[in-house]
Order: sequence, then structure tokens, then C-alpha cells
Amino acid sequence: MVILTAVLTTGALTLTACGSRDNSGDSKSGSKTEIIIGVDAPLTGQNSATGLGIQGGVQIAVDDANKNNTVPGVTFKVQALDDKAIPASGQQNATQLVQNDKVLGVVGPLNSGVATQMQQVFDTANLVEISPSNTAPELTQGKNWQTAKSRPFKTYFRTATTDALQGGFAADYAYNTLKKRKVFVVDDKQTYGAGLAKLFKAGFTKAGGKVAGEDHVNTGDTDFSALVTKIKNAKADLVYYGGQYDESEKLTKQLKDGGAKIPLFGGDGMFTPTYIETAGKTSEGDLVTSVGQPVDSLPSAADFIKKYKASGLKGDYGTYGGYSYDAATAIIKAIGAVVKDGKIPDGARAKIVSEVQKTKFDGIAGPVSFDEFGDTTNKQLTVYQVVDGKWKAVKSGTFNG
Amino acid sequence: MNTLPQQLANGLFLGSMYGLIAIGYTMVYGIVQLINFAHGEIFMTGGFGALSVYLYVLPNGTSMWIALPAMLIGGGIVSVLIAVGAERFAYRPLRGAPRLAPLITAIGLSLALQQIVFNTYPNAKTDLTFPQLPFGPWHIGSVSIQSGSVFVIVAAPLCMAALALFVSLSRTGRAMQATAQDPDTAQLMGIDTNRIIVIAFAIGGFFAAVAAVAYGLRYGTVKYDMGFQMGLKAFTAAVLGGIGNIYGAMVGGLVLGLAETMATSYIDGIPGMQQLGGGGWSSVWAFVLLILVLLFRPQGLVGERVADRA
Repeated sequence: MVILTAVLTTGALTLTACGSRDNSGDSKSGSKTEIIIGVDAPLTGQNSATGLGIQGGVQIAVDDANKNNTVPGVTFKVQALDDKAIPASGQQNATQLVQNDKVLGVVGPLNSGVATQMQQVFDTANLVEISPSNTAPELTQGKNWQTAKSRPFKTYFRTATTDALQGGFAADYAYNTLKKRKVFVVDDKQTYGAGLAKLFKAGFTKAGGKVAGEDHVNTGDTDFSALVTKIKNAKADLVYYGGQYDESEKLTKQLKDGGAKIPLFGGDGMFTPTYIETAGKTSEGDLVTSVGQPVDSLPSAADFIKKYKASGLKGDYGTYGGYSYDAATAIIKAIGAVVKDGKIPDGARAKIVSEVQKTKFDGIAGPVSFDEFGDTTNKQLTVYQVVDGKWKAVKSGTFNG
Repeated sequence: MNTLPQQLANGLFLGSMYGLIAIGYTMVYGIVQLINFAHGEIFMTGGFGALSVYLYVLPNGTSMWIALPAMLIGGGIVSVLIAVGAERFAYRPLRGAPRLAPLITAIGLSLALQQIVFNTYPNAKTDLTFPQLPFGPWHIGSVSIQSGSVFVIVAAPLCMAALALFVSLSRTGRAMQATAQDPDTAQLMGIDTNRIIVIAFAIGGFFAAVAAVAYGLRYGTVKYDMGFQMGLKAFTAAVLGGIGNIYGAMVGGLVLGLAETMATSYIDGIPGMQQLGGGGWSSVWAFVLLILVLLFRPQGLVGERVADRA
């Protein structure tokens, strides 16, 4: 009993000691206000390779802001939540972030389908959300974006351009540069994949091409041999795939092994090294479109890439690391305009939203500013092709068709 | 119509893989009337076992002719150990309990195995690249055959023949038949039924590992959740053929594989059915087939619980 009491007392003393030491540490660094930048992305499971790049990009932006004392009197912290690419988890995370008063801005999510479940939560709380990667047009321009654009949520912004441009850009490249005339279109029935496939089809037929056949797959499917036979039979000279790398890397392998020597063309969901690793030689010649310009080709991002590699962060900065950095920077700059001397005014969240709307600066991945829908004004797109086992940028440009 | 031979071949490859996994469900059910829902994960661990042998045991650049048997043995050992371990620690303590109890344990075990692999295996959070056979694909007439498919088309009949001979000729095989027919009487006749049950789990586990290697060779990757869908399909195959019957498992697997590929390629050609065809619907048609068979022939295509059902 005596021993137990002694142990408990020592334990308690140690804990209090720790606590007081922490406090003194804080007071030493001045009376800085802590502000949290939230991150929501898939950090485990499907798509996590890309999701971790988003978390890393934000982390570096926050580290830079703290080091340069961008907002005097404020220390920034990152709180990253895992949505596992599941819409319901994204919504839960949004609720959690909204409830924390220290959170004044959120970067994410990765998936358009997840974003649809999060927008309302952030809008109600006036919390600004910037996605580095969502490409579904209806997120910013409403359900009837093709006929009557109207912005559904004023707190939602994105630094990625939309599928409307990505699908059209791909169709234009396939028809005019690759000279393909008969395409077989496959999608995974998800918001992103089906939307992309539809827009590609529209662009390709408008240019004069023919759709030789169409089919759908389920996420999680592995056997596409029957589909491959159909594609071969349709005598298509190109397959367009709307969806993620998880399925397309197997589809392209089975397609080439099945004797169809035609390239697979997809969107940024396929743009990852994993795709090439899994499909091996069979991925040679396959194409993707992705938003913006390749981060490693931009001089403005060289410093970012160096920091990322030195930081020991998990994963690669990937497709969206640079855009996440810019998204976080936009939020940090807006906070700087609202929070003076570490004092958070009343209604700070709403003020930050209108500051983000006015943002205009040169980010590491290109100019950052938003139009009246919250879409980026940077309409750069790039086509990448697998050449000698690596993604190589073959054409960058803007698309407005 | 030159797609038919190709689709038949596709169905055959897919069906052989289902059949190999279905053996594990059917043997265990035949002897202890337990549906081992963790069997899909036993299949998955076999794939990771085989991959581990290639990555961490064999020297870099080992020829596939040497690596493949080693991977089969490695994957087999992992699957058999996990299957036998599951029997010993998860199912045996519940033998004699109401049937719902081991079923829930099986589902729990299945989730646990998935999470263990997901959290502990290096890089298991995404697809892991599986080594490929260094030859093929071949094109015979209008039919293309991937190198990975050759493996399953050779391995599946070999495994089946070996199992059939074992069950009908060996002493242990006959003891299995007796246990399947009536475990209590078999025990009274001096058969160690616990040993028979362990052997049933071990054989099922080994066949699942062979199927997992086939899966890796055919699709190029293994993944922590690959056991879920394949396990579900193999279970469907076992029921389709008549659960408890080893020949039924193989027949059920083949029928299911063929049904899926045929549905993908022909249903949307039927007038009025365009919306219901295509790759996204293959699983739907597989389960429709299962329901139809169960409606009109509840004992399955070949029949369940026949005298020599083990």
C-alpha cells in the first residue's frame, strides 16, 4: 500500500512537473495564439498515396509560415484527419473541424465524392475550405452547371481546374494530336469517373470521333478479362478510362496481355507512380491528363520540392502537394489580413472567407486567385504519357472549349 | 462471334480460381458444418506469404522457375498455419456451441486478419506488385492467354485430382469420409476426429494459397482486402455446386466464372437489357444465378451432404 501510494505520488508529481515545464516553454515564446489549419484527405487505404501528399504540402506551408512569422503573433498547426476516401468519414471530419474554434481554414478533400458531403457543414459554420484536387464541376457551379451556373457554397474554393476542362482537353489531344478516331469508354460509376468519361465522350464526338462502345466497372473489381474481349471486338484504337488507378492499372495490364495494343487514356486519378509499378511494361504509352503544370518542372516549386524531400514526410508530394501548399498559403494570407497581433476578432471565419475570395498571389504551382464560383483562374492542364517506365509531360496548355 | 472462345477461356480461368478457394469452404462445412467466413482472408495471407518469400527470402532476380515453387511452398505454409491456428484457437473452443457463435467468430477473425496485414505488412496500404512469369501472353487463333492464366489452368486440375485420390484411396481420406458422414460414430470407431478436422482446414488453406498465387500472377498485385470479394464469390461457388461436396465446389466455381464472363459480354446484346449488361453487372448476375439455383435445386448443382460428401 505504501509502495503504491509512493508510486502514485511520484507519478502525479512527474505529470505536474511536465505540465508546468510545458507552460513555461509556451510563455517563453511570447503570448502567441495557436491557429489550426485542418486537412481532410485519405491518409490510409485507397488513394492514400495521393492523400498523404496533400497533408505534406500543407505541413510545409505551415512550417514556412511559422518560420517566416508570416502572421505576427500566431503559431500555425496542422490537424490532419483521415477520410479513407469515404464520403461519410469526410462529413464526420468536417463536423469535428468545425467544432474546434482554433480551426480557421481547411485544405481538402482529395475526392469530389467526399467533398459533396462536406461543403454544407463548412458553409453553415462559415469555415473556408480549399480543395487542391476536386475536379467535379458541380462543386462550384451547381448541379445544372452546363446550362445555368450558380455557386452553391460560398465557403468552398479549389486550386484544381475542373473535369469540364480536363475531359475536353483529353478529347482534343486524343483526336487532334494522337489522331485516334474510335474510342471505347469505360468508367467506374463514381462522381469523378463517370463525370470525366461523359465529358471526354462529348468532346471526342464533337471533334468528329466515334464511340465504339461503352462499359462500366465496379471499384474493387480485379478481373476485366471479359471487358477486354469486348474492347478488342469493338476494334477501338483508344480506351478512355474515367476513374482511379486502383482499377485502371489492372485494366491496362489485362488489355495489353489480351492482345489489344492500344493505349489507355485517363484523368488525374490515374496519375501516380503506383500505376506504372503495378502495370509494369504494359503501361508504356498510356496517357493521363492532370491539372496544372508538373510541379517538378516549375522553378517556383524547386524550393518546395527540396524542403519536402528533406522533411522526411511520408509519401511523395505527388500530384497535389504543390497545390495544397498554395491552398494553405491562401488561407494563411487571409488569416494574416484578419488576425492582428494574435487577436482573433468576432466573426473571423466569415471575414477569412471573403479575404480568400480576394486572394491574388503567385503560388509555387502558378498564380492563385479565384473566380466568382470559387474556381481557380489558373486553367493550366498537362497531358502525361508513360515513357520508359516514367510519367513524362508531353503537352501543357490551357483549354476553354 | 469470335468473342465466344475467348470469353469461355476467361470464364474457365476465373472459375478455376473460385473453385480452388471454394474447396476450403466446402471441406470445412462438410465435416463440421461451419461456414468459415475467414477463408477469404486465409487466401489473402497466402498471397502475402508467397510475395514475402519472393521479396525477403529469395535473392534478388531469382528465376521464376525456382521462385514459383518456393513461393507456393511459402504461401502454402502461411495459409495452412493460419487456417489450422484459426481452427485451434477460434473454432475448436466453440465446437458444440450454437451455430451462430462460430459464424460470428469467423467474421471477427476475417476483419482481424485484414487489419493485421493492413497495419503491419510493409506498404500494404496500396496494391503490392506481384512477380510475373517471364513468358507469354500467347495468342492462339482469336484467344489470348496470359501467362498467369496458364498457371491456374494447370494447377487447378492437378490439385483437384490429388484431392480426389487422397479422399478416396488413403486411410486418412476414408476417415474423412466417415467423419463427414457421422462424426460421433466415427469417433466411436476409433477415428481421431480432431485430427481429421485439422487436416480439412489445412487442405483448404493450402488450396487457397495456390489460388492466391494464381491471383497474383494473373492480376499482377496482391492487396490486403483481396480476400473479401474473392471469398464471397468462392463461397457462392461452393453453395452453387452443393456445399460439402468437393466436386461440387469445382463445378460451382466453373459455372460461376463462366456465368460472370458470359453476362458481361452478352446480356447487354439482348434487346431491352442494355441497361443491365456490362462489366459493372457481372456480380449481380452471379448472385441472380445463385438465387435461381437455390430456388429450383436447393441442394446445389451437384448436390450436398451425399454419403461421400467430404
